[in-house]
Amino acid sequence: MPDNYFARYLPLLMHFGIATVLASIIVTLSYLVGQHKPNIAKMSPYECGVQPIGDTRGRFSVKFYLVAMLFILFDVEAVFLYPWAVILRELKMFGFWEMMVYIAIVLVGLFYVWKKGVLDWGLIAGKRGDI
Amino acid sequence: MKVISLTEYKLMLPMLELVIFALGILLIDLIIPRDWKWLNAVGAFVGLFFAAVCVWQIQATLPGGAVGFSGALLVDHFAVFFWYLFLAAAGITVLMSERYLDLEDEHSGEYYALLLLSVVGMMCMAAGIDVVLIFIGLELMAISTYVLVGFLRRERRSNEAAIKYFLLGAFSSGIFAYGLSIFYGLAGSTNLQEIHRSILAQNPRHPVIVIALLTTMTGLFFKIAAVPFHQWAPDAYEGAPTSISGFMSVAVKAAAWAMLLRILIFALFPLRSVYVPIVVFVAIATMTLANFAALSQTNTKRLLAYSSIAHVGYMLLAFVAMGTSEPGSPAFSDGFKGILIYLLVYTFMNLGAFAVITSLRQRQVIGDELEDMAGLYHRAPVEAVLMLLFLLSLAGIPPAAGFLGKYYIFLSLVESRHYGLAALGVIYSLLGLYYYLKIANAMLIRESKETKPLFVSIGMRCAVGVTALATIVIGIYPEPFIQGVSRSLPTWAKPTAPTLRQ
Repeated sequence: MPDNYFARYLPLLMHFGIATVLASIIVTLSYLVGQHKPNIAKMSPYECGVQPIGDTRGRFSVKFYLVAMLFILFDVEAVFLYPWAVILRELKMFGFWEMMVYIAIVLVGLFYVWKKGVLDWGLIAGKRGDI
Repeated sequence: MKVISLTEYKLMLPMLELVIFALGILLIDLIIPRDWKWLNAVGAFVGLFFAAVCVWQIQATLPGGAVGFSGALLVDHFAVFFWYLFLAAAGITVLMSERYLDLEDEHSGEYYALLLLSVVGMMCMAAGIDVVLIFIGLELMAISTYVLVGFLRRERRSNEAAIKYFLLGAFSSGIFAYGLSIFYGLAGSTNLQEIHRSILAQNPRHPVIVIALLTTMTGLFFKIAAVPFHQWAPDAYEGAPTSISGFMSVAVKAAAWAMLLRILIFALFPLRSVYVPIVVFVAIATMTLANFAALSQTNTKRLLAYSSIAHVGYMLLAFVAMGTSEPGSPAFSDGFKGILIYLLVYTFMNLGAFAVITSLRQRQVIGDELEDMAGLYHRAPVEAVLMLLFLLSLAGIPPAAGFLGKYYIFLSLVESRHYGLAALGVIYSLLGLYYYLKIANAMLIRESKETKPLFVSIGMRCAVGVTALATIVIGIYPEPFIQGVSRSLPTWAKPTAPTLRQ
């Protein structure tokens, strides 16, 4: 049904429209009604992170990389749960146990990472020196 | 929804069991104290042993071959042969590694866990007849070995080798996957048997097919380290922990060969008129470059890396003999047997040679230069004599097993009337004798600065002993091994549902 194809997405378009209108109203209202007390920190391009301008050769902990990599890993692994959840009814108990095995393997990975001290950010982990 | 039967799980029991052992070692390593790290090695060895028992059970009940998991896994005698090979190579590597890792102060469970996981990947590669399974197996193996190559974190050479191997490996995997994806597009299936069937109906010189073939072959040649794509091998072998260099040169290479045979012989055989000329060129280039480059090496690991590239060249000659003869003809079956026997023999003799080099690693001595070999006969007579055996076997001198592999390769070449290639192969084997004897010369004749007897651990003694025994036994009494190999000749009949006898 090609002519009907886009019609099915009409609710999505309506949702988009309502969201835009609502967001504009909220922002405009808070601009008009709210109090304005600007300072340097508030006006900086990115308020709550590191300084946006500075020497690029600053040193920072390797833990940033570790956490970033772990995030990607567990993120991708968690994504696999979605297609599984969609067809779980068809797969029945077989699919359930297969996924339990998968989760168990992921958990072994999490436990390993935890015990290696990657998730600790304090000085104690640094002293252990085994990362 | 088709539910996977228990028989199918039985087919992949060795792999499941290895995964459980790998994860177990990873967890147990977290709690065991520093002085007890050798338990990891014991755990890995036990895991490999159990896996071998599982394979033996499967083999005992295996008729022609059993397919499982919606036609993705084919366990036939070909796969079982390679499974044994991987398990043996990994077992010997574990024996070699224990003391070596202690000396490098990198003794940890991850090493053994990664070793076992890479074996699982190899087993998938040898038994997969679905390109997806083969590719996942390849990546599991490759990613584990990337880490193992860089396992000596404090050593710069190791880091450098790992990053080189990783970048080139990832790139070639990408090209390989591209080629496979085109074949999937042509056949509409990822199954190798379906691809074989659809290729039969098409013109082998169609540009799309040629591009798919070339990219696939690029990936395969990279993995076996054949000449235009060999440059990673010497660097990776030199930088990697010596035990891993040995493991890579035999097991990883054998897995790549299993994959190559599965894809080029089982699936893409109708395209042989296109790929055989390329293989001839690659084989000649591989033998020439590797043998001449090996002549001038002063680092034993690098020398053996070039020698392993040269051996790939000889095996490619047998592949040419297969490609130019009809399936079922003596040249075809002798070429196939030649490759498999060569891989079997090469596993033991090359691992043995690497084991002796690994044992040279002592406190304050890295031991991978040719200089360090000097006077080995006076420091460790048994190791020196066995090293001589491995070197002669690598060169292909008759009583040792290396001769057998070369014999079948040259036999198949003569049977398929490639007299020129056979002559070239023999000449290069003679050239190889020079650099092998260069090591022997250093070992037996030259004086050593160091006069203290070499300390060799028990595990290392076992590793050297087992490989030497295998090298001699296969050389003197090859009959059962040849029989075992001839059973794994490819068949084009489609094996049906899993028919394991319970």
